[in-house]
Amino acid sequence: MTLIKELDYGTPIRLSEDTVTLTIDGVSVTVPAGTSVMAAAMKMGTQIPKLCATDMLEPFGSCRMCLVEIEGRRGTPASCTTPAENGMVVHTQSEKLHSLRKGVMELYISDHPLDCLTCSANGDCELQDMAGVVGLREVRYEDGINHFDKHSPLALLKDETNPYFTYDPAKCIVCNRCVRACEEVQGTFALTIEGRGFDSRVSAGGTSFLGSDCVSCGACVQACPTATLMENTVIEKGQPEHSKVTTCAYCGVGCSFKAEMQGDQVVRMVPYKDGKANEGHSCVKGRFAWGYAQHEDRITKPMIRAKITDEWREVSWEEAINHAASEFKRIQAKYGKESIGAITSSRCTNEEVFLVQKLVRAGFGNNNVDTCARVCHSPTGYGLSKTFGTSAGTQDFKSVAKADVVLVIGANPTDGHPVFASRLKKRLRAGAKLIVADPRRIDLVKSPHIKAEHHLPLLPGTNVAVMNALSHVIVTEGLVDEAFVRERCELADFEVWARFIAEERNSPEATEQFTGVPAAEIRAAARLYAKAKNAAIYYGLGVTEHSQGSTMVMAMANLAMVTGNIGRDGVGVNPLRGQNNVQGSCDMGSFPHEFSGYRHVSDDATRQMFESFWGVELSNEQGFRIPNMLDEAVGGNFKGLYVQGEDIAQSDPNTQHVTAGLAAMECVVIQDLFLNETAKYAHVFLPGSSFLEKDGTFTNAERRINRVRQVMKPKSGKDEWQITIDLANALGYPMHYNHPSEIMDEIAKLTPTFKNVSYAKLEEMGSIQWPCNDAAPNGTPIMHIDRFVRGKGKFMLTDYVPTEERTGPRFPLLLTTGRILSQYNVGAQTRRTSNNVWHNEDVLEIHPFDAEQRGIQNGDLVMLASRAGDIAVRAEVSERMQPGVVYTTFHHAKTGANVITTDNSDWATNCPEYKVTAVEVRRTNHYSEWQERNNREEIEMKRIATVMAAE
Amino acid sequence: MSGWKGDQMSTSSIKIYIPRDAAALSVGAERVVKAMHDEAKKRGVTIEIIRNGSRGMLWLEPLVEVTTSKGRVAYGPVTPKDVASLFDAKFYEGGAHALGHGLTEEIPFFKNQERLTFQRVGVIDPLSLDDYIAHGGFAGLKKALTMSGADIVQTVADSGLRGRGGAGFPTGIKWKTVLNTHAEQKYIVCNADEGDSGTFADRMLMEGDPFTLIEGMIIAGIAVGATKGYVYLRSEYPNAHIIFREAIQIAKKAGWLGKSVNGSGKAFDLEVRLGAGAYICGEETSLLESLEGKRAIVRAKPPLPAIQGLFGKPTIINNVMSLATVPWIMANGAKAYADYGMGRSRGTLPIQLAGNVKRGGLIEKAFGVTLKDVIETYGGGTASGRPFRAVQVGGPLGAYFPSSLLDTPLDYEAFVAKKGMLGHGGIVVFDDRIDLAKQARFAFEFCAKESCGKCTPCRIGAVRGKETMDQVIAGETAKLDLVKDLCTLMTDASLCAMGGLTPIPVISALDHFPEDFKPAHKLAAE
Repeated sequence: MTLIKELDYGTPIRLSEDTVTLTIDGVSVTVPAGTSVMAAAMKMGTQIPKLCATDMLEPFGSCRMCLVEIEGRRGTPASCTTPAENGMVVHTQSEKLHSLRKGVMELYISDHPLDCLTCSANGDCELQDMAGVVGLREVRYEDGINHFDKHSPLALLKDETNPYFTYDPAKCIVCNRCVRACEEVQGTFALTIEGRGFDSRVSAGGTSFLGSDCVSCGACVQACPTATLMENTVIEKGQPEHSKVTTCAYCGVGCSFKAEMQGDQVVRMVPYKDGKANEGHSCVKGRFAWGYAQHEDRITKPMIRAKITDEWREVSWEEAINHAASEFKRIQAKYGKESIGAITSSRCTNEEVFLVQKLVRAGFGNNNVDTCARVCHSPTGYGLSKTFGTSAGTQDFKSVAKADVVLVIGANPTDGHPVFASRLKKRLRAGAKLIVADPRRIDLVKSPHIKAEHHLPLLPGTNVAVMNALSHVIVTEGLVDEAFVRERCELADFEVWARFIAEERNSPEATEQFTGVPAAEIRAAARLYAKAKNAAIYYGLGVTEHSQGSTMVMAMANLAMVTGNIGRDGVGVNPLRGQNNVQGSCDMGSFPHEFSGYRHVSDDATRQMFESFWGVELSNEQGFRIPNMLDEAVGGNFKGLYVQGEDIAQSDPNTQHVTAGLAAMECVVIQDLFLNETAKYAHVFLPGSSFLEKDGTFTNAERRINRVRQVMKPKSGKDEWQITIDLANALGYPMHYNHPSEIMDEIAKLTPTFKNVSYAKLEEMGSIQWPCNDAAPNGTPIMHIDRFVRGKGKFMLTDYVPTEERTGPRFPLLLTTGRILSQYNVGAQTRRTSNNVWHNEDVLEIHPFDAEQRGIQNGDLVMLASRAGDIAVRAEVSERMQPGVVYTTFHHAKTGANVITTDNSDWATNCPEYKVTAVEVRRTNHYSEWQERNNREEIEMKRIATVMAAE
Repeated sequence: MSGWKGDQMSTSSIKIYIPRDAAALSVGAERVVKAMHDEAKKRGVTIEIIRNGSRGMLWLEPLVEVTTSKGRVAYGPVTPKDVASLFDAKFYEGGAHALGHGLTEEIPFFKNQERLTFQRVGVIDPLSLDDYIAHGGFAGLKKALTMSGADIVQTVADSGLRGRGGAGFPTGIKWKTVLNTHAEQKYIVCNADEGDSGTFADRMLMEGDPFTLIEGMIIAGIAVGATKGYVYLRSEYPNAHIIFREAIQIAKKAGWLGKSVNGSGKAFDLEVRLGAGAYICGEETSLLESLEGKRAIVRAKPPLPAIQGLFGKPTIINNVMSLATVPWIMANGAKAYADYGMGRSRGTLPIQLAGNVKRGGLIEKAFGVTLKDVIETYGGGTASGRPFRAVQVGGPLGAYFPSSLLDTPLDYEAFVAKKGMLGHGGIVVFDDRIDLAKQARFAFEFCAKESCGKCTPCRIGAVRGKETMDQVIAGETAKLDLVKDLCTLMTDASLCAMGGLTPIPVISALDHFPEDFKPAHKLAAE
C-alpha cells in the first residue's frame, strides 16, 4: 500500500463544453475552454512548477514560479492565470524560465529556515519539492531580515491554540492558500493577511485561531504547501506512509476521506478530492474529531450481567453470543414471538444493517425492527414517497451550484451539514438568493458575504402554515408553472389542492397571526421562489420532527411541483439527513413495515422473493416501531431488544419513558463502541467497531453509496457483521458470508433500486447514487427527470393542524432543539475528542427580553421545565432567538435535554416532536432530580468487574 | 473660507483671482486673501476675489491676477506684506509693481504651452457651472449625447489618447472592450491616487477644473453604458476632496449627474472614495480591491478590469488626466487632438516639473518637446545654481537620465527606447550632489515599503535588493551582479508594475552613473 496522492491541476477543473486546442512543449492538448495553461499542461503530463496554485482554489498568480513563454506574447506570463487559447504555443522550459524560477526560489529560501530534516512537513512540502525541481543550489542573499530567526524583530510566536493544528509563522511563504481556502472553499473568512509587503503574515483576524471566527474545518491546513499550518498529529507522529479512501462517520453529507496511516495508526484524515459528496472539503468533525476511535472509554471485550444493577463481567465472544441467543429464545418461548425486536444503527454500514433486519425478520420471525430514522427523517420517507414516489432527496449536492434561489427551512447547515453549507455559501456568494425559514436567526441569515433575501422567523410548530401560505401566494398570484403541472402531475389532485390552498385561511395575512411571519415577507419570498429559473429546497429536522412532519414534507413537495422545480439540476426537495448512514439504514429495510427498497411487508410478491431467498417464512404483519416497543415494554409484553449502535436513552424523546421501557425488559443487548446511556439498562454488551475498523458502505443524503474501507482491524477482534451472523447462527437461523461484498450482492439481488450495485462497480466508479439498475446502470444523480418515480406527481392536501403542545401560563415558552458544529448528536464520539474546547456543555439560548423578565443573566444556571420533566442548564442570552422561543442542544448525556421533550409525534410516522416543547425557564442553584440521579447511575450502572490477574 | 466663491458684489467691481489650489494655499494664499479684503475695506475699494485653480507657475504662487481691459495681469509671489504696496500701485487696474509679470498669458512659461486638458485650469472659478459652460464646458458631453456609444469610443480611439496614468495603453481600446462586454452593470473608475513623486497634475485639475473630470466620466459612462462612477482619490488630497465633492453636488443639482444626464434619459452618478494612503492603491487592480473595501492587493490579469473589474463588472479604469482630456476631444474632434504630438504619442502631456529647478510647475505641451527644453527653457535650470546631474522622469519607478540623454523627446516610445518611461509625466531634477547608488538603494526601499506583498519578486526581492545595495554601498561591489540578477527577476517575474518597474531606476543609475557604485566613490565622498 502506498500513500494516495491526488493530481493537483493547479487551477480548478473547468466544465465548459467548448474546447480549445493548444500546443505545450510541442504536444497538442485539447481542454475545456477556460482551463488555465497550467492545468492544460498537467493534463498533457507536465507539471509546471507552482506554489500558490492548487486546484481547490481559483488562480492567484502570486508565487511567480509557474511562468511560461507563449509565442507571440510579451514577457513571461503566469500559466495559472493565463487561460488556454486555441492555437497557443506554450513553452514551459527555457533557460530564461529556469533562471527566473530559480531566482524566485532563491528569494523564498532567503526567508525560510533550512531545518528541513526536523520539519514536520519533511517529505510532504511543496517548497522543498520546488526547490528540488528548480535546482536551487545556493542562496546568495546574506544575513537579511527574516521571519524565521527567533531573534528577528519580525519573528512571531507559533499559534497552538487550536487543538488540532498549529500555525507556525516562521515557515510561511505567504502564498495565501490558507486565506483563499477559508474564503473560497469554506466560506468563513476567518483568515486574512496582516501587514503589507515583507511584513505580510497570515492572521486569524488579528486574534488567535481559537479566538477567531475559525471553524476548524481544516481547509487551510490542507491548502498549506509548507509546515506553516500543520496537523498536530503529524507534528507528533510524523508523515503517514500509506492511505486508504473511506467515508466519514458523522453527518449525512458522507464526505470521502483519505485515512493516512502509519501501520495501523491513523496519522490524519484528509478530505478526498475525488469524493463526490465533498470534493476535497471537510468539517471539524470528519477532519479532526476521529480520536474517539482510540479513546480509553472504548469497550473492546464482550460483557454480560444478569441484572442491570450488577457489575458487568467480561466474557468470551462465544459466551456473550450464546447468552444473548438463549435469552432471546427463552423470552420468545415465554412471552411470544413478538416479544423481542431490534433497532438498527444509522451509524453502521449498509451491510451490517441489512443483516440485523434480516436477523429480525428471518431469525426472530417477526418484523420488530426499527431505526433511528424513526426519530429524524421518517416523515421524509413518507412524504416524498406519497408525492414523488420515492423515499429520498431528489438531487446530488453538486446541484446546488445551479440553483438561483435556495429555500432553507428547518435546517442549520453551517452547524449540522457544514460541508454542504460551504457549497451552498459558494453558490450564494456567486449570486443565488437565499430564503431562510427558521425560528432562529441562524448563521446563514447573515454572515460574512452571505445575507438571506428573506428570513421567515416562524414560531416553532407553524411550518405547515408557512408553507401553505407560500403556495397560496403562488396559486392566487398566477405563478403556477402550468406546463409542468399539466404534463407531470396528477391533474385531478392538483385541482383539489389548488382550491384548498387558495382558501383565505391559507393566505399569508391569515396565517401571520400564529406563524409570526409578516405577510409581506411571505409574499415576497413566494414570488422570489416561484420566479426563479431554478429554485431548490433544502431542509432538515426542523421540518420533520413535528406532529405534522409528514404533512410538512408533502407541503414542500407541493411547492416544488407547483413551480416546476423538480427533475433537473439546481432544483428539488432535498433532505439534509442527519447521520452518515441514515439513508442507507432506511434503504436496507430497517422499518417494521418495509423490506429493503421500501417495499411493504404485506406485498406478497416481494415477501415471497425474500422467503425463497432466505429459505424461511416471513411475517406479513407490520412490526413495532421504537415507541411501540417501549410502550409494549412498559406494558409488559416486550422483553428483549438488540440495539445496534444507537443510544435511545439519550437521543429519544421523553427520556424517563424510554428508560422505564428499557428497565422493564429482560434482555437488552447493546452493540456499541462505548457504555452509552442505553447500556445502563443492558444485559449483554457486544463491542462494536468504529468506522475506521469497518468494511462496507454508507449511503449519504444524496443517495450516494460510498465505500467504507477498513484501515485497522476491529479492536474487539470481530467485525460487526460477523457479530450479527454469530447471533443468527446461535439463534438457529444460519447465515454465512465471507466478506461484506457478499452481503451487498444479496442486497442487490433482493432490491431493485440496488440491482447493479456491487463492490466491483463501486471500486470502478468511486461511488454510486441509487437507483442503480438496468434503467440507470451508473446510478441516478438527479431523480424524477422525465417522470416521477410514482408516474405523475401527486399533490397532497396539507391542512395545518396546530400541535397539541401549547404554551400557557405554566409553560409560556417554546423550546426547540438542535445541534451545533463541534458536537455530534448524542456526543458519544465528539465528547471524546478535543472538540469540547468549543462546546463542553449544552446551554440554553434565550432572547434578552425573556431573560430580562426572568432575571436571567448570561451564564446563569437555569431550570428548564416541561410537562415531561426538568433539567438545569446554563443560559446564554442571545439575539439569535426570537422572544418566546428558547433553544438547546442534546449533545451531553449529563444535561438530559430529552428529559424535557414529550411523547408527541408525527401523525403518520411517529417521528417525535423534538422541535416544539412548551417550557418554563427560571433561575436555579441546583441540578434537577433527574440529573442528580443520572449522575449516580452513571457510576452505579456502568460498573465493570475487575478481572483478577490469572495466577 | 473667506468668500472663495466670490464676494457677492456688483459685476462692475474689481475681479481679483487668488488660487485655492493646494500649492497656493501651502505658501499662504489664504492669508493673502484676507489681507486683500482688509486692505480693500480700509481703502474703500470694492473688490471681488475669485478663488481659481493654479495657472501652474508654482514659483509665482500665490499668484494674484486682476482682470483688466487687456486681459488678466499677474503679480506674484504675493505675501500679505506686499498687499498694501500692490494697492498703492493700483494693481487692480494693472498698475506696475515689482511683483508684476504683465499679462498672465504672455508669461513665456505659460504662453508657450498647448493647454487642452488644462484649458480652463486657473482661468475659471472651479465651482461655477456658468463659468465652466462659458468657457466651453459640457460641449463635449452635449455632443456625446447625440452620438452612439460606439461612435464616442471610436472618437476617443481616433484621437490617439493613451492612458496618462503611466502605462500609455490606448484609451479607446480599453473603452471598446468595456463597450463590447455585456453586463447589467458597468462602472467608470477614475484613478486619482496620484502618488508618484513630483506629480500634481491630477490634483491641480480636480481643484482647478473639477467639472472637466466629471464631464469626462459622464462621457465614458454614456459611451459604454456604465451608470455609476467612482473617483478613487488619495487621502493626502483633502483640498481636492472638498472641492471635487462640492462640484459633484453642484453637478447633481443642475442635473448633469443623476438619473437623466441633462435630460437625456441616460443615467450617470458619481461618488468620491478616499484611499487609505498606500502607493500600491494607484495600481489599477489593487485600486479596485481597495474600492471594494478589501486590502489593496494586486489582482492577476486576466481577467482584465475591462471585463471583470469593480465588483466583478466591466469597468473602465482611467487616470484623471485621461478622463479629463475626453471632453476636449469630444468638443474639438479626434483629429484636432491627434494633430498634436509625435509618433504614437498623440495630443498633449501635462508635464509636472519639480525638484531642483528654478521654475517648477505644470506645463501642458504636445508630445515631442525635449527634456532639455522642459528643464532649461521652462525650468530655467537648477534652483541651486549648481550643475545639473540627473533627472528622474515618471515617478519613483522612472529612470534617472544624465545630461547626455536630455535631447530625448517626451514620447512614450522614445523613453522606452532609452530604458526609461514617461509615466504620469512627473520630472524631478537633481543637481550634482545626488548619489545615484543611494538612489538605487532608495528604489528598492521604496518598493519594499510600498509593495502589497502579493508576489514574491516584489515582496522579498525589494527587501533583498535594499540589503544588497547596502552591501554594495559598503564596498562589496561584487554584489552588483546579484543586484542585476535581481533586477532581471523583478522585471520579468513581478505580478504588476510596482515590482516590475522598480529595477528601472536601479539599472538606469548603474548604466548612466557607474562611478557612483565604485568603492572609490564612497571614499572620495567622505
